[in-house]
Amino acid sequence: MSDEGDDRSEHELRVSKIHNGTVIDHINGGQALNVLAILGIDGSQGEEISVGMNVPSDRLARKDIVKVEGRELSQDEVDVLSLIAPDATINIVREYDVVEKHRVERPEVVVGVLSCPNDGCISTGDEPVDSRFEVVDDGVRCSYCGTIVREGIASLIEH
Amino acid sequence: MRHDHVITSKHLSRADVETVLDRAAEIAADPSAVADRHAGALLGLLFFEPSTRTKLSFETAMKRLGGDVVDMGSVESSSVTKGETLADTVRVIEGYTDALVLRHPKEGAATMASEFVDVPLLNAGDGAGQHPTQTLLDLYTIRENAGLDDLTIGIMGDLKYGRTVHSLAYALSNFDTRQHFISPESLQLPREVVYDLHQQQGGRTGIREHQRLEAVLGDLDVLYVTRIQRERFPDESEYRKVAGEYQIDRETLEAASDDLTVMHPLPRVDEIAPEVDDTEYAAYFEQAHNGVPVRMALLDLLLSEDGGGSDE
Repeated sequence: MSDEGDDRSEHELRVSKIHNGTVIDHINGGQALNVLAILGIDGSQGEEISVGMNVPSDRLARKDIVKVEGRELSQDEVDVLSLIAPDATINIVREYDVVEKHRVERPEVVVGVLSCPNDGCISTGDEPVDSRFEVVDDGVRCSYCGTIVREGIASLIEH
Repeated sequence: MRHDHVITSKHLSRADVETVLDRAAEIAADPSAVADRHAGALLGLLFFEPSTRTKLSFETAMKRLGGDVVDMGSVESSSVTKGETLADTVRVIEGYTDALVLRHPKEGAATMASEFVDVPLLNAGDGAGQHPTQTLLDLYTIRENAGLDDLTIGIMGDLKYGRTVHSLAYALSNFDTRQHFISPESLQLPREVVYDLHQQQGGRTGIREHQRLEAVLGDLDVLYVTRIQRERFPDESEYRKVAGEYQIDRETLEAASDDLTVMHPLPRVDEIAPEVDDTEYAAYFEQAHNGVPVRMALLDLLLSEDGGGSDE
């Protein structure tokens, strides 16, 4: 059961149920747009997307919620969200019913999502490579130059 | 040893290091035995930054193995000025050669380049990152002079940007060593490197950081000095003030053990006074000379296992 239970009526005022697709719930308040950026979803492809931000939540004081109609996100796609939304839950919806529900897991590597903050790093230039970070204990580490980032990971998201 | 590329000393195990150093010692003892060993083989030299010792010692090493080199020359005279990426440059030159040596100003350049080539690629310095072949010749010199186990070493100078320092610190963690890092506060080891050393060494961390050489000089078997560069400081007077505290001369060394070995990757400016050169302490020219047998050993090992054409 999600904790949508108690505040369901609140939600439904703001964000309607989806028919088929993915609901990403329990996103840390204020991170919904970063979640969309990581997933590469900007609405330009005509996707139907609903975003709730800073919604009251039992588990998190305030949470964001993102609903993507018509697209089932894979575990690999969503695991990268653990970097900025470690408590996020993923609900796969078919015919208005949640058919799968799972948590995000920390991936071992994150490719093409974050740009290295080190100006001296080869991955920040014109070379034909994707950025690549290994996920370490308390942050991420550039596979090329070794720079470790612990805070402000969201600011490194490639847009 | 089973590496197609030599990118960082972090990937070198104790066994790898010993394999290279043992081979280097064999070669140094009888260089004529390998004089034709790699006849016909070609080494590509890709130096995107100036180099004297590293480049010339690689060239010497390859020629003393019977092989030859092709040299990209200066960046100004190459197609890099036309905007060619490093990934393209290495893919082109690998088709001409049996192995590549790369020096590049960007950190991670060798890691990236190695993803695009099948011939062995040796990192000869990537920005403030790594310089593993320098490390191997440093380790060879330490082993010859002081031994690699039960070693107390002081590493002094620019620890923040000094790639030889980072590479050496990683490799020494394979051995029973106590590492003292001596630098001004602004040039301490990067936190990434400290993090790695703690990870590598687990609970028995043998690293200490100091701002004054006097605190540890008397305990050291080896003092590894590096150059503090003018461009790391906002102005000349600040540089002179700080750099002056990390220079050694005969007077400084009066407090050292008689068995101390003083090393320096060179070039030096004034961090070691010339009067030290003639003392028993000085090993830095020997260290530079060791670059040839050590690089011969490394090339021999890489070219031999790659001889039939590796598919990795």
